[in-house]
Amino acid sequence: MTRRSRYAGPGHVPLWLFLPTLIPVIALSVVPLVQGLWMGFTDYTLGATQTRFIWFENFARMLRDSQFWASFGVGAIWTLSVTAGVVIFGMGLALLLNARLPLQGLARVLVLIPWAIPPIIKGVIWRLVYHPQAGFLNNWLLAIGVLAQPIDWLNSFTWALPAVVLVGIWTGLPQATVVLLAGLQSIPDELFEAAKLDGASPWALFRFVTLPLLMPVILATVALEFMWQFNSFGLVYTLTEGGPAGTTRLPMLFAYEEAFRFGNLAYASALGTAMVIVVGVIVLYTVRGQIRGEKP
Amino acid sequence: MTSSVNPAQLPKPRRAKLQPLRALMGLALLGYVLFLAFPLVWLLATAFKPTGEIFTTGEFLPRVPTVENFGEAVRDLGVIGSAWNTFIVSFTSAILTLAIAMPISYTLARRSGGFNRAIMIWILVSQTFPLILIIVPLFLILARVGLVNSHAGLVIVYIVWSLPFVLWMLQGYIKSIPVELEEAATVDGATQLQVIRFVLLPLIVPGLVATGLYAFINAWNEFFFALVLLKSPELMTIQVNLSRLRGLEGLARWGPLAAGSVLATLPTLVLFAFMQRRLVSGLLTGGVKS
Repeated sequence: MTRRSRYAGPGHVPLWLFLPTLIPVIALSVVPLVQGLWMGFTDYTLGATQTRFIWFENFARMLRDSQFWASFGVGAIWTLSVTAGVVIFGMGLALLLNARLPLQGLARVLVLIPWAIPPIIKGVIWRLVYHPQAGFLNNWLLAIGVLAQPIDWLNSFTWALPAVVLVGIWTGLPQATVVLLAGLQSIPDELFEAAKLDGASPWALFRFVTLPLLMPVILATVALEFMWQFNSFGLVYTLTEGGPAGTTRLPMLFAYEEAFRFGNLAYASALGTAMVIVVGVIVLYTVRGQIRGEKP
Repeated sequence: MTSSVNPAQLPKPRRAKLQPLRALMGLALLGYVLFLAFPLVWLLATAFKPTGEIFTTGEFLPRVPTVENFGEAVRDLGVIGSAWNTFIVSFTSAILTLAIAMPISYTLARRSGGFNRAIMIWILVSQTFPLILIIVPLFLILARVGLVNSHAGLVIVYIVWSLPFVLWMLQGYIKSIPVELEEAATVDGATQLQVIRFVLLPLIVPGLVATGLYAFINAWNEFFFALVLLKSPELMTIQVNLSRLRGLEGLARWGPLAAGSVLATLPTLVLFAFMQRRLVSGLLTGGVKS
């Protein structure tokens, strides 16, 4: 202790160092956030000269708005299917990448490809894949005889949402796999060896060793995916713009249209607040156990 | 542990029994790789097809490969100009984000207290709220100071937007460097700033590079803010530029669009290949372990 007496302690940096950072951060993230939340309680529209505080009127309107229910319904289907798909298929891929198969190093790089592609380009690529005439998917399905007629996937009432969900899973898979793979690699080999000595089958190994030890990582992935997917915008915007007839209109696309097509800025902000509430409640519920467990 | 076992002594029958399973796993992995990588390959093949071929043949490889699409993407779509815009904005915001994040992440890593907890909560919250909630007030604030429809405004927005995750990654890197090194230097009479400059900085250069590249890719890929904040065509980023081609116009221009998309993906793909190992470990030191 005496040795350290002259040392103020690591991280003892004068506070003025933070001023240049804190001012823009507060000005451009905290202030707009608070203003946005506040705006949801006003009747602000694009070009309005004066605004009134109207309490919960926007939220009441939301509850009566069938488009709101439709878009949050689409958002729920999208978020749940993409999150489930990403975590389940990501788990499978992580196990395969951890199984010492041939060419594993190459596979580990190749599966990251979607991660490196900008969202807009992902949209372009998949519009190309789904294209009714030029698309790879139709050509292939016609060639193997599954389809008799090409399908315009992204303009079909039945297929647009599943098609978009598939792209969502394709997009989210690499990142989830990387995190799960790292989780797998952090499980000590001794545990597997001990279980094997006790005669555990591969399934039992997975069920009683891998899965319980990986649970914190899986839960964290689920929570993050849930937040990102529920708020996602760019990918579906380029794929379908929310169409056909709103079948793929995620909450964020709905709010974007309200704000920038119809100028209902206050209503769009209220929609954003509703999204925060939905995500916040569900994510808190998911990670609650984990947070409680982590506290000493 | 396993290495001490002579492979010849391993029970042979069990390995033989597992062979079909391993073959199946190999097939499954191949399926995954095809699913994840093939769409990009299809885009690449399309970019080299003449317009007529894209809609008629349905074959994978172009019969008469052409670079005409790339020419048209550069001439008519202005891909180079918008890519340059995106590069300037991404590069500037990445450098500035790093400069801003360094002192804060140092304190985050080395200290605990109310200030730290507040920043950690802010990092988490910033991942939760939808952009629609902040975009309108942000637009109004930027309009008031005359930064709407300018690259400077976009740079500022990207800094604020990347900062939470950059802080998260950087503090993870700094935490992985033993405090004892800093203490030893202090015992030798170094001041705090000298410790940071001569002990810490050289050690976290790899982490800084990875974090900077993360911020760069983040900005390069960003779409929503660029769509809302920029109005003049000559300021447009490449993502916004390519997203305009839809409907009838887009249909006629699949070739150039594919070529432009290839050009827009190249930088991120190259950076990604270059840094994937480091980025991945950075995400994890910041995320899972702390």
